[in-house]
Amino acid sequence: MAKTGTTLLSEILRRDQQSILSEWSRHQLGSISTRRELMSEAELSQQSREFLSVFTTAIGTNERIDANGPIWAPVREYLARISDSRARLGFSPIETATFVFSLKEPLFERLRASARDPQTLADETWNATLVLDALGLYTTEVHQKSRDAVILRQQQEMLELSTPVVTLWEGILALPLIGTLDSARTQVVMESLLQRIVDTGSSIAILDITGVPTVDTLVAQHLLKTVAAARLMGADCIISGIRPQIAQTIVHLGVDLNAVTTKATLADAFGVALRRLALTVTKAASAGAAAPSSANAKGPASANE
Amino acid sequence: MERIPILKLGDCLLVSIQVDMHDRLAMQLQDDLTSRIAATAARGVLIDISALEMVDSFIGRMLGNIAAMSRVLDAETVVVGMRPAVAITLVELGMSLPGVRTALNIERGMDLLSATPDIRGNDNGSPVG
Amino acid sequence: MVLLSVERLPLHSDEHMVIVRQAVRNLAVGLGFSLVDQTKVVTAASELARNTIKHGGGGSALLETINDGPRRGLRLTFEDQGPGIADLALAMKDGYTTAGGLGLGLSGAKRLTNEFAIASTPGSGTRVVITKWK
Repeated sequence: MAKTGTTLLSEILRRDQQSILSEWSRHQLGSISTRRELMSEAELSQQSREFLSVFTTAIGTNERIDANGPIWAPVREYLARISDSRARLGFSPIETATFVFSLKEPLFERLRASARDPQTLADETWNATLVLDALGLYTTEVHQKSRDAVILRQQQEMLELSTPVVTLWEGILALPLIGTLDSARTQVVMESLLQRIVDTGSSIAILDITGVPTVDTLVAQHLLKTVAAARLMGADCIISGIRPQIAQTIVHLGVDLNAVTTKATLADAFGVALRRLALTVTKAASAGAAAPSSANAKGPASANE
Repeated sequence: MERIPILKLGDCLLVSIQVDMHDRLAMQLQDDLTSRIAATAARGVLIDISALEMVDSFIGRMLGNIAAMSRVLDAETVVVGMRPAVAITLVELGMSLPGVRTALNIERGMDLLSATPDIRGNDNGSPVG
Repeated sequence: MVLLSVERLPLHSDEHMVIVRQAVRNLAVGLGFSLVDQTKVVTAASELARNTIKHGGGGSALLETINDGPRRGLRLTFEDQGPGIADLALAMKDGYTTAGGLGLGLSGAKRLTNEFAIASTPGSGTRVVITKWK
């Protein structure tokens, strides 16, 4: 049934490809969704031509039409490519889908003119509708996927730019984590911490989770993995800011923090770090030093043997 | 057959792995190092892996073996310069190399080796392998 | 799924393993993988290549770059006609080591990649397919 149907369609496409193309192009140029400010007439013309070509080839096999099958793979491939580039140019999913749907008009006109009987006309029109609908919807699916990919990449870039790794002192880094930590964010942040360790030659990194409301197993695992990775690189991590609720959660989750130094506050952790590097903070003994001088604030840290 | 060169620096041995090692080469290094430690009565071994773009479970095990064997021969091993991507991958692989001391670079590694054996401070925990 | 490139490399010796690692690295770089993802897929490949050589008696690695809609990926297939793995579940467990040293290879490779599939029949060989998406 579908087999006899496509014969007329493929005949029309083969015979009248040029005129179908020019009629289709004319329709498109008259439509708002063509967005001529985003794409030149020449490019649109080329896309129309190329799509019509792969479409014609697929229809021409006269097999039962299955838009998701292997015969239609080249058509899907082509649509995926232009959907992707159109998405990047700023086309909406509807505009790209309309590009596909608008091919119906010239095709139906010719079917009406060439069909020998009503049954054939109905079958052929139905087949054409089915496949063009499927292809149009496919473009929206691809469009969505590439928009998602763009958003994801932008999120990652934003994260990397806003990673708050602070140098507390030469050789001591602090990473104050704030807000809810999701898996993706934690990974990005940890990767940049490790890179900063290399870049600054710091041997101690303080991970402060005072600003983290909850810690689940996944986040705890990421923290531990970061600590393990830093150690492999030759730096030690101290986790600070563990509030009582989080301590309970960690114990309940069965997370093993035995190998990791933990401190209640960032200040405590900083103290530990200084001691490890054999540094001490001493008050400057200068006459009339009643007011806290900048020398004190910076802390004349002297290396102790 | 190609071998990874082992340099002597005072009473320490320094190995800098520059090539993408195949398993045989890694085993050869393990053997060579063990012999040299014994032959020179070295007290320290420094393995510089800053040029390695990848450390898989075999190489990881080799590093652990070297650390263990040198300890038996009364020498300390420090592995230095592991790259962040390599460290992340190794941890994901499930290897944390306990028993292998680490440092950021050769200089820090040498500091670690020449420090007194007992470096545990008063805080809870210190750089330990 | 569209195949962008295919390359089959032999896996019979240590040197082959290095060649496969470098080939995988090049493909990953070409696909624009992040440094961490490059390292992960090369390391996974190294683990599986070693299994093929040491446990499977030698075989081959099939390196494919593939396209699935807008995303691109690297699909690696490691095949051998060796003794096969009798207890897959056991072999996939962390810390499991045979005399041949399968060790962390399989479970590790799975953790380092996005998709992992293994088929093995004792006496007929083993095939492992891993995929890492950009």
